[in-house]
Amino acid sequence: MTDDSYLRLAGIHKSFGKFEALKDIALEVRRGELMVFLGPSGCGKTTLLRIIAGLETQDTGTIHQDGRDISRLPPIQRDYGIVFQSYALFPNLTIRANVAYGLVNRRQARGAIAKRVAELLNLIGLPDAGPKYPGQLSGGQQQRIALARALASAPGLLLLDEPLSALDALERVRLRGEIRALQQRLGVTTVMVTHDQEEALSMADRIVVMCTGHIEQVGTPRQVYEAPATPFVADFVGKINVLPAVAEGGGQFRVGEVSLAVARPDIVAGTFVNLYLRPEEIALNAAGGVNGNTLGARIAKVEFLGAFCMVGLTLDAKGAPALVANVPRHDVDSGRMAAGQAVRVSLPPDALRVLG
Amino acid sequence: MTRQRVHWQDRLAQVLLLGCCALLALFLLGPMATILIKSVQDKSGAFVGLMQFRDYFATPALKSSIWNTFWVAIVVTGITIPLAFAYAYALTRSCMRGKITFRVIALTPILAPSLLAAISFIQWFGNQGALKWLLHGASIYGPLGIIVSAIYATFPHALMIVLTSLLLTDGRLYEAAESLRTPTWRKFFTITLPGAKFGLVSATMVVFSYTVSDFGIPKVIGGNFNVLAVDIYKQVIGQQNFNKGAVVGLVLLFPVLVAFIVDWIMQGRQQAQFSARAVPYAPKPAPWFDRTMFLFCLVVALLLLAVLGMAVYTSFIKFWPYDKSMSLRHYQFGLIDAGVFDSYLNSLKMALLVALGGTMFIFGCAYLLEKTRGVPLLKAAVRLLAAVPMGVPGMVLGLGYILFFNDPDNPLNGLYGTLGILVFSTVVHYYTSSHLTAVTALKALDNEFEAVSASLKVPFYKTFFRVTVPVCLPAILDIGRYLFVNAMVTISAVIFLYTPQTRLASIAILRLDEFGEIGPAAAMATLIVATSTAICLVYAVLTRFIVTRTQAWRTPVVL
Repeated sequence: MTDDSYLRLAGIHKSFGKFEALKDIALEVRRGELMVFLGPSGCGKTTLLRIIAGLETQDTGTIHQDGRDISRLPPIQRDYGIVFQSYALFPNLTIRANVAYGLVNRRQARGAIAKRVAELLNLIGLPDAGPKYPGQLSGGQQQRIALARALASAPGLLLLDEPLSALDALERVRLRGEIRALQQRLGVTTVMVTHDQEEALSMADRIVVMCTGHIEQVGTPRQVYEAPATPFVADFVGKINVLPAVAEGGGQFRVGEVSLAVARPDIVAGTFVNLYLRPEEIALNAAGGVNGNTLGARIAKVEFLGAFCMVGLTLDAKGAPALVANVPRHDVDSGRMAAGQAVRVSLPPDALRVLG
Repeated sequence: MTRQRVHWQDRLAQVLLLGCCALLALFLLGPMATILIKSVQDKSGAFVGLMQFRDYFATPALKSSIWNTFWVAIVVTGITIPLAFAYAYALTRSCMRGKITFRVIALTPILAPSLLAAISFIQWFGNQGALKWLLHGASIYGPLGIIVSAIYATFPHALMIVLTSLLLTDGRLYEAAESLRTPTWRKFFTITLPGAKFGLVSATMVVFSYTVSDFGIPKVIGGNFNVLAVDIYKQVIGQQNFNKGAVVGLVLLFPVLVAFIVDWIMQGRQQAQFSARAVPYAPKPAPWFDRTMFLFCLVVALLLLAVLGMAVYTSFIKFWPYDKSMSLRHYQFGLIDAGVFDSYLNSLKMALLVALGGTMFIFGCAYLLEKTRGVPLLKAAVRLLAAVPMGVPGMVLGLGYILFFNDPDNPLNGLYGTLGILVFSTVVHYYTSSHLTAVTALKALDNEFEAVSASLKVPFYKTFFRVTVPVCLPAILDIGRYLFVNAMVTISAVIFLYTPQTRLASIAILRLDEFGEIGPAAAMATLIVATSTAICLVYAVLTRFIVTRTQAWRTPVVL
């Protein structure tokens, strides 16, 4: 256990009937960091969050928060604030009463409560929302209120259960920046659950990628994206090309009819592997700058995505899989790339990865 | 297995739920179990196995009442359901005028005791009936009278269920069908009917059960035509043979329970048809169709009004059919001076107690069931107990109550003969519908309110009073109104349980009718209708007030 560990999970198992939702989860969340649980639906990320909150009980395993064993404590005795996808604002209470909901119970002076509420509403950028009702606010505004309510009593831990999923795209991007800034300003240890990789990459200090009840990888957004630990992570976080290959020894790998150089001389000849390559690592018609692995190919299609275009490629070599490359719009224009055109494709040896 | 420590607040909720379960067991299972036991005992309390059942089925008169009960109920169901469906179809699928008026008129029978229909039909078609000649010598006293009265009494119940299922059809299905150029008849058979299927089954079971278990109608207009509900009454009140009564009770319980279980299973199969994205159907004007539907509804509504109107008219005229001048003598002499008015006050008192106490208990219990943590087995037990009353005819429940509470060995024996036992039996009798209303309202709330409260360290009961109750207030008022109106008209569950001091208005109607005092009987029925109407108006005003004032957060509901 490291010194700055705030929340520590060990040996967490959870089954619902025959379905194993979580298998032997061990995890440490550092004080003040924002950790994101990322995974497809059904991977157990929400169950894990609910176990931390005490809303579900693990079958086995322990949870320590700030040195205190909270494994068996009911939710009301734990120390956290929580925000749900549905906001869960009390519809019949004003915004002010919603934010003050947990404060009133702590028998604080009225003036102190009013001051704290005003402070929180300022913090979330809705200073005038106090007398309104939740139904009169937009989804994003409601979620900000839910955040203020969760933070009102300055909990040691903030739990966010898909907080942005119910919002429209623009609001989602705006709010994720705000939540992140607020979290960093307050320094509150935060666990967030999401299935949106972009959200995870942009907000997290560290990401926990989960799949079918177990942890695939824990790491910073860059680590997870640039050095995925497993094929699942590579595939789930960002797009990736997969090339089935056989090692020939000495850092050479045969893909169909061609041999590619990969910075992995340690793999024994004859081993079957998959090579992984991010679409943006592929260079088209590069002016000699890229060393090695330059192949002939034909453009199958060009899909316009705004700043980038997704270019589908068919390699000339037989037995090689189709590839997808991300190319800046300018390069597509200046290179007059179009379906049917022949191109030179460079696959940088140090960008090709072998996983699993 | 790790188990969470139970916080005292969660424990409190569990203890309260256990209390609810114990009360339901005491006031539902206790009486029902006693019936089972009594049915296999003779009068002295010795075990006789199924002998009494054998005796019962060997008595031709009793056996014939099984047959009578069934065929009458089947005929009533066979007429009421198509009628209610057509009426509901007109209300939802046409653009005719006066929909709200038609809807209100169609629901009026709910406000009246079933006896009112019987009295009214006697006035129209009885020995001195205004339209007796229409029957060409046939008698209204008997199956004919029972059937028409029961149709009147069950029509609104069927209508409400069918109406709901027709309203819940997704309008987009019709638009899709239209774009595929589907003919009208095919839309009807492929969209409308399947959409209403579960509602139709439910309505069928409700009408059948109601007719089989109703006691007031056959007692008043049935003449010598025997049915099961009246048999129980005769065995228990006439011959003081409680054990035989228990046997007949079980015979009556059986078909109602079967109908209830069929409905239960069917509802279980029903998928959520009306997703959050569904669009309500908006009919388009079709002059010929709209006019036909209008005519149909007009005829039905006039017939319904004729029944209610005749009873009200009878209560205000001097002496049918000889002196038709208006007077209040039935109210003054027949009710107040004859000391019968007290039973109206009893009814009022009981109905208020049922509405207040019953609503609090039912909503509280449903809340504990839906929104608190833990004790899954206890919750399953309470859910089952809450569902059972709908499958138990009032007569059978009432019989169970005397058998159970009249037993000198029962420590609750003191309850017998009080207004309290009437309150308890009525709440239990109408438990299921109210419970479902409460559960539906609670399920519509965000599931995470309780989780958020716990994270904010607010006890669940504070959130219950500050959030849950205010938000569910419309549903709570609805339950209160439902219980009040039914407590005013109920007769079958209380017929065995009253004493001269606690006699209710509906029972007084029965007694007055037995003595041939049809004027005062009609007056009492009219009083009940007027009271229930007043309560419904209060409810409507209150609901509107609440929606506009205390629930400012609610987006205004457009009706």
